[in-house]
Amino acid sequence: MTHLGYLLAGWGLSSFIVLLYAFRLLKRGAELSARVPSEHARWMSSPKQNGR
Amino acid sequence: MKRLFADIGLITGKDLKIELRSRVLINQVAPFALMILVLFGIALDADQQSLRNFASGLFWISVLLCALMAISRSMTIERDDEALVGLNLSGVDPIAIFLGKTCAIAIQLLVLEIFLGVGIILLYRSEVEDLWLLVSTGLFACIAISALGTIFGFLASGLGVRETLLPILLLPLLLPVLIGATRAFDDALGVAAINGWNWFAFVAGLTVILTAVGAGANHLMAEN
Amino acid sequence: MTSSITTASKGSKILGMTSIVGFAVLVLLAFFVTDPDIRFHPETGEEFGQFDAVRLLYLHVPLIIVTYLAFVICAIASAGYLVKLTFWWDSMAHAAGEVGTLTCALVLITGSIWGRPVWNTWWEWGDVRVMSTLILFLLFLGYLALRGAFVNPQRAARPAAIVALIAVLDIPLINRSVEWWENRTLHQKSTLSELKIEDLTLFTLMLGILVSLLVMSWLILHRFRVAWLEHVEFEQGIKTAIEERRQMDNED
Repeated sequence: MTHLGYLLAGWGLSSFIVLLYAFRLLKRGAELSARVPSEHARWMSSPKQNGR
Repeated sequence: MKRLFADIGLITGKDLKIELRSRVLINQVAPFALMILVLFGIALDADQQSLRNFASGLFWISVLLCALMAISRSMTIERDDEALVGLNLSGVDPIAIFLGKTCAIAIQLLVLEIFLGVGIILLYRSEVEDLWLLVSTGLFACIAISALGTIFGFLASGLGVRETLLPILLLPLLLPVLIGATRAFDDALGVAAINGWNWFAFVAGLTVILTAVGAGANHLMAEN
Repeated sequence: MTSSITTASKGSKILGMTSIVGFAVLVLLAFFVTDPDIRFHPETGEEFGQFDAVRLLYLHVPLIIVTYLAFVICAIASAGYLVKLTFWWDSMAHAAGEVGTLTCALVLITGSIWGRPVWNTWWEWGDVRVMSTLILFLLFLGYLALRGAFVNPQRAARPAAIVALIAVLDIPLINRSVEWWENRTLHQKSTLSELKIEDLTLFTLMLGILVSLLVMSWLILHRFRVAWLEHVEFEQGIKTAIEERRQMDNED
């Protein structure tokens, strides 16, 4: 396959960056969820005054 | 309407009086502008032909960098002693505050443009072939820069990182002004065989749009 | 005070799994099933074309679509915030803006990597789309920088919404000015609108777009939930501080 290095760089770098960002999101989400009461954690279940 | 113009004049006059007393433009911004022109000359190895070819772009980059200083300064004087709060509570129309500050910054930028214009003629040996195009473009571009700069100055005002935030917010949005004004100046300085007046029309259109956008954004900010 | 609820839900897990499976199928098709772009010169018979570099377009083009979609969502949500003044809209704008900035960076990276073997350059100043994408990226970096400058996420909402709307309004002006500035582009005309591609290549491209949309949705969903939690945590912090102060006053 020609240009294999470029292909691996392009696809690999993009996948890695997206996975890294996704992992950071999940980690941050877990940290914040541990600090917030359950009833306010999601907008669908939040009381109306929470900007729903 | 009469009241609006009076208020605009009041705000513009206030800012210009403060500037005349403090002389920040003369003592700090103008030397900074001169320094930029000199640094460009050194960085480009003082190749006369390159400097003449790039004079328009170098001129407008210098204007943009100086505009950041002027806008930052304009916001600083409102931050001291909570002056902006006082201004908002005084009953002056927010639009008048916005347009007044825009005019004040535009006048200061115009003075800087004249100073920089003389600079590129003397230092870069640029030759003016169409003075009207040069003056018209310079006038409208500085209004566009001032309008957008004022609104972003207000947005970033009060933040600890305002000095570094303002360039990041403002400069990409001013790219069309940079492109249009540079191309118009290329024609006015005889560097490129293009129709500079078309580019002036683009810059003039941008000025109208960006001033309207700034006024609209100011209205939204004032509602807060 | 702790919650057993995280940003993950049954729906987001299904979305995530579908994205992963879709991505795996996309990689399979892009690398092993579709043909490279090889054409023959009509007179000399010499081979030319993108060869295997075309396989990067199955990633690059969907990323472009996702980027612009994310910014449109950001703009709509910003306008929604200015009208409704709820932090649902603000959280959505923030999520879409951040994800759009990420995908825009990936567009620039994959575009540059693709450009090296095909255009023989990592970067081309004279290309309209390259320049416009770069400016778009810088605009939304500024948007995120503004958001990050506020400690209170609620105070950031209005300025951020205004900046997002101004940025979106300015994008056509930037595109037009850059186009007139150089009036040339190395980019081929729109890949989809001219329909030069067909059959398996077109299917793979469409699959790439679908997978990118799924991934974008998953990212925006989770980022929205994180933004929501940040708002709630800040509010809870204020309430706790007020309560503690009341107790202190009562004790006095």
